[in-house]
Formats: sequence, structure tokens, C-alpha cells
Amino acid sequence: MGSIISISNLSKVYANGHQALSDINLEIQSGEILALLGPNGAGKTTLISIICGIVNASDGSVNVDGHNIIDQYRVTRSKIGLVPQELTLGMFDTVWNTVSFSRGLFGKKHDSAYLEQVLKDLSLWDKRKSEIMTLSGGMKRRVLIAKALSHEPSILFLDEPTAGVDVDLRKDMWVLVERMRQSGVTIILTTHYIEEAEAIADRVGVINKGELIVVDDKQALKHKLGKRQMQIELEKPIETIPASLVTWSLELSNDGNQLTHTYDMYSEHTGIAELLRDVDSAGLLLKDINTSQSSLEDIFINLVHEQS
Amino acid sequence: MNTHAVKVIYKYEMLRAWDTILQSFATPVIITILYFVVFGSAIGTRIQNIEGVSYGAFIVPGLMMLALLTQSIANASFGIYFPRFTGTIYEVLSAPISFVEILLGYVGAAASKSLIIGAIILATAGFFVELKIAHPFWMLSFLILTCISFSLLGFIIGLWADNFEKLQLIPMLIITPLVFLGGSFYTIDMLPPVWQTVSLFNPVVYLVSGFRWSFYEVSDVSIELSLLMVLLFSTACIITVWWMFKTGYRLKE
Repeated sequence: MGSIISISNLSKVYANGHQALSDINLEIQSGEILALLGPNGAGKTTLISIICGIVNASDGSVNVDGHNIIDQYRVTRSKIGLVPQELTLGMFDTVWNTVSFSRGLFGKKHDSAYLEQVLKDLSLWDKRKSEIMTLSGGMKRRVLIAKALSHEPSILFLDEPTAGVDVDLRKDMWVLVERMRQSGVTIILTTHYIEEAEAIADRVGVINKGELIVVDDKQALKHKLGKRQMQIELEKPIETIPASLVTWSLELSNDGNQLTHTYDMYSEHTGIAELLRDVDSAGLLLKDINTSQSSLEDIFINLVHEQS
Repeated sequence: MNTHAVKVIYKYEMLRAWDTILQSFATPVIITILYFVVFGSAIGTRIQNIEGVSYGAFIVPGLMMLALLTQSIANASFGIYFPRFTGTIYEVLSAPISFVEILLGYVGAAASKSLIIGAIILATAGFFVELKIAHPFWMLSFLILTCISFSLLGFIIGLWADNFEKLQLIPMLIITPLVFLGGSFYTIDMLPPVWQTVSLFNPVVYLVSGFRWSFYEVSDVSIELSLLMVLLFSTACIITVWWMFKTGYRLKE
């Protein structure tokens, strides 16, 4: 899998002085699904907008399939489809007209058969003659996707595709994204929903305050930054951790009923057996034992908080 | 050249006019007819001929210019401002399309609509006054050039405006006074000498003068100068739009 988008030292400072992006370097592989996570105002949409040609970069460069987005914008833009975050549609247009408009805008000859297939895939065919203002929010989002796919792009940007949509539609979107990936489309999506990234992405990038904190394979990220914790519930509360257990870096809960041990889940030797033996030797009676593993969400929150 | 993009933008804009046919075509025509009735038939009959042309016929080119200028600006400015307002402009900005192609689509459609309005007004004027077109080629040339150049200006206003008030500001406060003071209803030499000199700084004077010359061979300034001014104005507008797209002014900030 080669790199289809190369971002080098990309920065953006808006006219009001706000630094939206700071020295971003990123390689996006052909055919992958990359999820960009980040809190509001992190710079995700600015990054996408620069690649698509909607916002000018202040510094740095972006190449799409080996072509510079400024000098060879016709080539790069014709490869990209964009589904924006907002439901920005001509409310008086019909579904068919707006999709046909998009295809023409991207330099493609009108192709009724292709557009029909796109609308059918998105369950919009029955609504083709409807004015957009008569559609539900979920339908409007599908129309935006249909518009983005109308010119057969090889790269698709989905900016918060499931923001404000119900659970069923979100799952439908995931299926659609997977189907597009299988047809060879590279997909970059931004999302607030870590669950979404965890469910459909191959790689995850975390952006905060305009900086790309980390980007890695979803599993590798969990491997590197994920933690496993063991909660030891005690029969009777204690006031302090016994001296014989201080080497174990345990945390005592406020009510004194629980000890928490954090360990590297991928380590060959976790030391759990020794810890339990030491707890027993210290005269503490166990009531229950639980283990938990960091989710992508925990990792994301930790990364963002660490940077803050 | 992305001809498909030019075609779909042009078609989209023309269909928008068709969908609002009363507002797009009927309104300017009705307003111009009212001008003919008031200034041409009612008041005009009491005004003596100007350089051998009846007053009713004399004001036809000026009235056409008034309608063309305001409509060209309104059509083009709204055409580009509305997608900016709704956010749908993202699609045009992210498409493989140059600023020339965007202009061809949006300005071409706005100019076409103005041309249609101009043709309707001209045909309507024939019912009220006796029309004579001495130089049809130049009449048509001025008509087309005016529609294009002021549609370009409208496009600039549509890019510059960041609210609906600003969209109306320049047409209402600058263009309309310029047209009224640009010799639409009189010749410049009717003014006191000082105002004659001031009028020469009004670009609309050259448009109206050239256009009127193509009808009756009556003009305030030479036809060559009129043509030169229109071309200079169009070039200045194109350069401004080019700069706006190059820098991303109000579009990609």
C-alpha cells in the first residue's frame, strides 16, 4: 500500500491570528480508512479543507497521488470527494439535479446509469425528484455523500459523517464506508465518536490544538498507549497501603475499599500472582477482583489531557 | 478546460432565473415600462426634441442601461453570494475548476439574463416610441459588453459582501446614482460646465453615450472613448476577480 496523500510541515494561521494547524506531517496510505480524532476546534476540518482546496495553507505542502494540490489542483481535486460537516445543500434543488450538478462540476460527463446506482446504494432513488428541503436530516446527509461520490473519487473525506444522526443510520454509514473501502476508495473521516473510529478505522490520528499528537494503527495504538488495570476489592477498608506493598505502585480508593494496580498488558511478566501473594501476606482479605483494559477513548482522553 | 463545470453552473443559474421568472424578467420590464409611461409619454411630450430625437426615444438607451446595469449586478452578485451564504460554495472551491471557468459559468449566466431583459425592454420600447437603430452592430456590442462588465462587477460585490445589506449597498448607493447622473435622461452638455467636468469621471456616462450613439448617432463623448472605457472597466473587473481567487479573499481565508 503506497502513500496517496503526503502532508509535509503543514501550518495554518487564520487572519485573526488563530493557529489552526501547526507543522502537520502525515502520510495517508492508499485504500485505508484513517480516522482523525480530536476535540472541537482541534484543526480537523481545517486540515481537510486545505487538502480539498477550500482553505489556503499558510505553510507546508500537500501532495495527492504525487500531485501538488496547488500546482496540479485539477488532477488532485478530481480524485477527491468531500462530505462536509454541515448540511450545506441547495434546499430548493431536487436530489437528482444536485447530484448531476456535482458530477458536472468535477468535469465528468453526465452518466444517468452511474448516478442511478449511487442513489440506489444510498437508498435515495425513490427521493430523486424530491426537493432537498423536504428530506430528513439523515437523508440530507446521504445526499451529501451521493454528491461526493457522483464523480467517482478515489479518495473520500467524511467530515463528521455521523454527527447528529441516529444509531441505525450511523451503523448504515459504517456499512457504506466499508463497502467503499472494498471498492478501493481511500477514506479519511473525522469524528468525535471514538466508538466509530474503533469500529471502522484502520489507523487513528489524534489532533489537538492544531498538532497531530499521534497517528498509528488502531491496534498498535492500543498496544503502545493502552493500559490494563486490576481492581482489588477488599473485605474491610484500610486507611493506608501496608508498607510491604509500597513497591507495587498501588492506588487506594478514597473509601479505602479498593486497590488499583496498573500494568502493561503486553508485558511477558505482569506480576499479578506475586502481587496477590503479597496482598495475602499483608493480611488483607480479598472480596473481589476485576480487570479492565483501556479503550481508544481512554487513550484519546489521556493524550488530549496530557497535551493540555 | 472543464467545460462540463461551466455548463452545469450556467444551466443552474439560468434555471434559477426561470424558477423565479416574475422576479427575474417581469419586474425589470414592468419598471422600465413605467419609466416610459411617465418620462416618455406623460412628461416627454412636453419636452422639446434633443438633437432631433424625441425625448421619449432619447431616453430609451439610458433606460435600457439603467435596467441592464442594475440587473447585471443583482444577478451576478446574488448568484455567487448565495452559495457563500448557504455554504454550498465549498463544492465549487473543491472542484477542479479555474477562476476563468467559474466566471464563465456565473458571469455568463448573469450576463445572459441581462441580455434577455435588454431585448425585452427594447421590444417593449417599440410600442411606446419610434425606434431607430443607426448602428445595430455597435448597439449589440455595447449591450453585450455592458452586460458582461457589470456582471463582473456584480460578481465582485457578491464575493466581497459578507451580509445581505452589503449586497444591496453598492447597487443602491453607488450604481443607481451613477446611472441617473450618467446622462440616462439628458445629455451632459445640458449641465453647468463644472458638472460636465465632474460627469466625465462617471464611467456610466461613457456607456450611455456610446449606447445612445449606436441608436441615434448622438453622443456626449466619442464612440472610441466609450468603447475604450468599457473595455478598461471590464479588464479592471477581471483582474480584481483574478486577485480575489488567487489570494482566496473572502473565499479561502
